[in-house]
Amino acid sequence: MADEHYFLQGNEACALGAIAAGCRFFAGYPITPSTEIAEIMSQRLPKLGGHFVQMEDELSALGAIIGASWGGQKVVTATSGPGMSLMQENIGYATMTETPIVIINMQRGSPSTGQPTRSAQADMMQARWGSHGDYENITLAPASVQECFDYVIKAFNLAEEYRCPVLVLADEIVGHMREKVTIPEKVEIVPRKAPEKTDGVYLPYDAPEDGVSPMPAFGDGFNMHVTGLTHDKRGYPSTDDPQTHIDLVNRLCNKILSKRNEMAMIETEFLDDADTIVLAYGIPSRSALTAVKQARQKGQKVGYIKLGIVWPFPEETLLELTKNAKRIIVPELNLGQVFLEVDRVLGKHAKVELVSKIGGVLHTPKEILDKIMEE
Amino acid sequence: MVEVTEHSHRFMKYLRPERLPHLFCPGCGNGVVMNTIFNGLEMSGKSFDNLNMVSGIGCSSRIPGYVKCDSLHTTHGRALAFATGLKISNPHRDVIVVTGDGDASAIGGNHLIHAARRNIDLTVICINNDIYGMTGGQISPTSPKGSFATTAPYGATDKPFNIAQIARASGASYVAKYTTAQPLQLSMAIKDGLNNKGFSLIEAVSQCPTYYGRKNKIRTPVEMIKWFEENTIPIEQAESMSEEELEGKIVTGVYVNNPRTEFVEALDKIIKQQSDINPDDNIKKAYMSD
Repeated sequence: MADEHYFLQGNEACALGAIAAGCRFFAGYPITPSTEIAEIMSQRLPKLGGHFVQMEDELSALGAIIGASWGGQKVVTATSGPGMSLMQENIGYATMTETPIVIINMQRGSPSTGQPTRSAQADMMQARWGSHGDYENITLAPASVQECFDYVIKAFNLAEEYRCPVLVLADEIVGHMREKVTIPEKVEIVPRKAPEKTDGVYLPYDAPEDGVSPMPAFGDGFNMHVTGLTHDKRGYPSTDDPQTHIDLVNRLCNKILSKRNEMAMIETEFLDDADTIVLAYGIPSRSALTAVKQARQKGQKVGYIKLGIVWPFPEETLLELTKNAKRIIVPELNLGQVFLEVDRVLGKHAKVELVSKIGGVLHTPKEILDKIMEE
Repeated sequence: MVEVTEHSHRFMKYLRPERLPHLFCPGCGNGVVMNTIFNGLEMSGKSFDNLNMVSGIGCSSRIPGYVKCDSLHTTHGRALAFATGLKISNPHRDVIVVTGDGDASAIGGNHLIHAARRNIDLTVICINNDIYGMTGGQISPTSPKGSFATTAPYGATDKPFNIAQIARASGASYVAKYTTAQPLQLSMAIKDGLNNKGFSLIEAVSQCPTYYGRKNKIRTPVEMIKWFEENTIPIEQAESMSEEELEGKIVTGVYVNNPRTEFVEALDKIIKQQSDINPDDNIKKAYMSD
């Protein structure tokens, strides 16, 4: 069997990506514009011996996938802004307990109920720090239906590698768009690492510095105690000792931050002589690339950077790639969120400018081109 | 010379000795309930090695942390959601959920009614002490009308929940309610709950002398147990009593024992219709590389 080509919707590609990655458990709650993912999973999973559960709300959807993850499954849920808000409490729990889970957020107009059938990228900061506490997770931003498939698989692999929630922040446009997708004969899957049996005291959270330890499933005989309280290397609550908390929270953050350049998924075009660079992620990157090509035709020295992983933010790599640039233009479907991070990191050597757009309609290439041509 | 021999408690083998002493206050009912859990488990014939425990947040939810089995100490109110995922991912393991009145019926009320509606095979031990103990004695949805708490300094105004009644009305296939003054009945109910293939809820009305007792002038554990005994009405007797007569009473007994199709079994029946793949082949799927 060779690679196969399909004409798919983004939501459909997300569901197929999850299945290709080995996911056999979905728990979720219906919400526009992500509902097709739940519908497709409810249809496909039973045919694969897997389980679909429609929960009573998004709080319990997250609870169920975390429970199933400790049961030894690869798990996913799909939602949009209002559901994402409800999931924040258990995103924190999964982060603290180092539970691999994948969450797909088809972003829509917001705040609150907002624009259910319109696109936005206004949950980017929530994706980073929506739950309480100091923490770091991983966020991917697909810009095409193909990337919905590819990035969801990548998300599962990253979740296993780093033992953390991985968020796929797509948007209504990508979710509802139909495009050609190539589904490869074989995809790369990272299986979960099980710990080895020990005769001594098993320390489930005895991870290497800035790293993670293997994860047993319930029933493997390790007698795990998993808690959202600050815990020691044995997994037991230890809430009074400052050093235990310092070590744990620093490791949870550093296991992600220390790999921010290594895991980065960056695409570039025309950077060699570029003095202006359009830096985009997700769906606006498509308009951005067109605009950059048009500007090149007009003789402008413009380059293009697309971030596949937005969080953790690949600071050092971007500093190197943009060191000769004088202007960085950031198009976003919000009032400026990732822009703030770009400005913090690159603003010392380049002028960082926002091309903001809200209301649910994507930037036209011309809107980005006009910004490029301003100087 | 009198020879002193150490007699270890017969349930010590189920505990994590390195985690003792526990954090429960002197006179707390959690110890009684823990004993009834192990007693019920032994009577049920279920294997301790096949046991998983899940809990939410609160004093009662700390119990699984002392038990030598795989346990999830989750977020406030959400234990049943986590347990739902855990049970589906490996339905051959027995799952006991330990929760409290606030955890199960306030912040987790929605999850309680839906888990009961699904009739998923979980055995829920809800330790109801009519108060929030962990946070220092605030009023709970089960606090009797007129009772005092740090957030009800002038007395509770609301009609309290009867958690067992909620579980029965929501579709649980086994529900029983007893007080810590009835440890044998509690043990038997836990045994029956474990053997019921479906959603079982055992409400254990329990004493919190530290907060409930102090705020309501029933200061000692013994007084509280006596108070339970004096106010307990068997469910059969309660059926012929008026709502006024039942105010402040604890109605104990088996609320329902009506086995019906279990949730995961129903899902697996669909899988068998739709696929040649045995759902058991997917257990521990995350560790597979294909």
